[in-house]
Amino acid sequence: MGLDIRWPIGLMFTFIGALLSFYGVVHHDASISSAGGSEININLIWGVVLLVFGVLMLLGAVRGKKTPPSA
Amino acid sequence: MQPIHLAWVDYTILLAYVAFVLGIGFALTRYMKSSSDFLITGRSIPTWVTGLAFISANLGALELVGMAASGAKYGIATAHFYWVGAIPAMIFLAVFMMPFYYGSKARSVPEYLQMRFNKPVMGLNAIAFAVMTLFASGISMNALAKLLNQLLGWNYHFALFICSGVVLVYVLKGGLTSAIYTEVLQFFMIVLGFAPVVYLGLKDVGGWSAMTHQLHAVAQNPMALDLNTKSFAPDAWTSAWKPLLGGPANNPMGVDIFAIVFGLGFVLSFGYWCTNFLVVQRAMAAKNMTAARNTPIVAAIPKMLFPALVIVPGMIAVALTAMPDKNYRIPPPIIAPAAYTQAVTAVQNANPADPVAAVKAVGDALGKKVNADKITALVAANAANKLSDDQLKEGIYKSVAEYDYDSVIFSLVKKYCPPGLLGLALTALLASFMSGMAGNVTAFNTVWTYNLYQAFFVPNKSDAHYFWMGKFITVVGIGASIACAYFARQYNNAMDIIQLVFGFVNAPVFATFLLGMFWARTTSIGAFLGLFGGIASSTLFHAFSLAHGNLPGVKGGYLGSHFGWNLEFPSEMAQNFWLASFAFGVCFVLTLVISLATRRTKTDEQLKGLVYSLTPKTVDHNQPIWQRPAVAGVALLIGCVVLNIIFW
Repeated sequence: MGLDIRWPIGLMFTFIGALLSFYGVVHHDASISSAGGSEININLIWGVVLLVFGVLMLLGAVRGKKTPPSA
Repeated sequence: MQPIHLAWVDYTILLAYVAFVLGIGFALTRYMKSSSDFLITGRSIPTWVTGLAFISANLGALELVGMAASGAKYGIATAHFYWVGAIPAMIFLAVFMMPFYYGSKARSVPEYLQMRFNKPVMGLNAIAFAVMTLFASGISMNALAKLLNQLLGWNYHFALFICSGVVLVYVLKGGLTSAIYTEVLQFFMIVLGFAPVVYLGLKDVGGWSAMTHQLHAVAQNPMALDLNTKSFAPDAWTSAWKPLLGGPANNPMGVDIFAIVFGLGFVLSFGYWCTNFLVVQRAMAAKNMTAARNTPIVAAIPKMLFPALVIVPGMIAVALTAMPDKNYRIPPPIIAPAAYTQAVTAVQNANPADPVAAVKAVGDALGKKVNADKITALVAANAANKLSDDQLKEGIYKSVAEYDYDSVIFSLVKKYCPPGLLGLALTALLASFMSGMAGNVTAFNTVWTYNLYQAFFVPNKSDAHYFWMGKFITVVGIGASIACAYFARQYNNAMDIIQLVFGFVNAPVFATFLLGMFWARTTSIGAFLGLFGGIASSTLFHAFSLAHGNLPGVKGGYLGSHFGWNLEFPSEMAQNFWLASFAFGVCFVLTLVISLATRRTKTDEQLKGLVYSLTPKTVDHNQPIWQRPAVAGVALLIGCVVLNIIFW
């Protein structure tokens, strides 16, 4: 079927990741989790994780476009 | 629990997800040209996609909620549902059974039964499956709508219709392909949405070893938390096998090794993973035989690791409940605000010198069991130093001695997720619900269109007609699931009975497939009567067996108590596993004996491609070694054994 699912997955997580890290930066105080003692900006950290995942998926999709699909 | 308030960022994440799944449906519309494109995808999808869809269709919302609940009730032993109750069966499906499903060109699992045996055997299987998928989907929709109602304060009907509406649109637009593609997206959404909750929870309890330390204390005295009525060895919540070796009395599940290994690991597990069209359909959509066989293998990798995502939260919740400074408890069942107000009055009017009467008064006001020590302490504290209504309410909330285990996962989401992460976790919940529902609907529309409508009612029509019917029945299927959801909402007890009936129908079915696929001598009459006998015997077994502490009725034993003779089991789980084992045994022996007594109606030539001994073996020597299902399967089994040893 002519749709590489990595495009929508990559786009969606890139968007959500960027949004979450943006929110983490702008609303720093609301994004802090102090679970277990140390304080971390969980929105920012997890947003970056999602962003990286999304970009990797997009890279996979771009590479898949150049070489004929094999997997 | 107060409803959670969502911020704009949460809504944006939710809407982005909905936009993408709908977008996938619309992008695939132009490829939908025939009934087979719509219902069985035209066999064109790569392995990693079908593999993740395979596992995602299985990972419905009820699984997420239910496994966390079991993690709290039984601890790490719940992982047997994965390491014993899934992985071996998935590998068996990949290595031995997939060649027949895929190679026979059957369009569904019931259709394989028609090719192997005859139409009546297929009809029996198809009808049971079709009814079951609709109810399964309805039950989970009802659960989700209720949850969104409690959690977010959304209107029940709105939640029900909006969620099924989204599924309807993308399935109607892109058919099975769309369901499979969105399932992959949903898979990542579920994993990435819940992982941070597990991480934060684990960090909060002080890491894995601090959590097990807490659970050791809990296991020795679960009565203190009202988790169980007796005490266990320290590792009862943290070891998977050792508590089982001690027999049913020594583990919170109340099961023995035989029930786990044979009942769950063989009968129930192989019956589900190897014959349930909902999951097998994903593998049948793969682009070639190797891809089809590798589908369950790819699926088995995340399945093996899921306990970390779905069971550990339950264990975290128990550990947190045992730590007073964490200010957390596994939520009690929902109690009306008016009942709390009455209970507050009861505490205020209580006489500290008569704690028994005070405990009774509070318990009566709430209509629930309460922890006597906590209420006594609360009454004394209030007498010594007047507490505010809110403080009293808080104290009463903490002393309710009953748990709503199904809300474990969301109570953790609520506790740990700030706005943003909250939206992500809720989207993950919706994704799990939608993947489960789309799985049910796409399996249902195929079985209805090809195995019931075309086979029994309207054969020999043009493909365009069946294409139309496939779309039409998708709408009907979703409508019927909604009706089932309302039914489930009205009659909780009736739903228990329906789930029970599925248990009866499913328990023996693997015996039919096993004999049919691996013994050429199995006859159609043997298969049909064996299956029927198996279903009847599980019904009878249920009527004559009862789990300790249950009353005769829906939970079984209604005939047994009538005749004064019941098989008693230490737990419902043990009863289920033994019931399945018994039904399997009856179906197996009946099919075997009747087959030997009846004449074969199909020749060896007709059974080629359908029976193991009469089919040329699939050659995969030309594949790279890591793509051979048998090699990958063995590697996975070793991994599974290692996990069992680590958590022994």
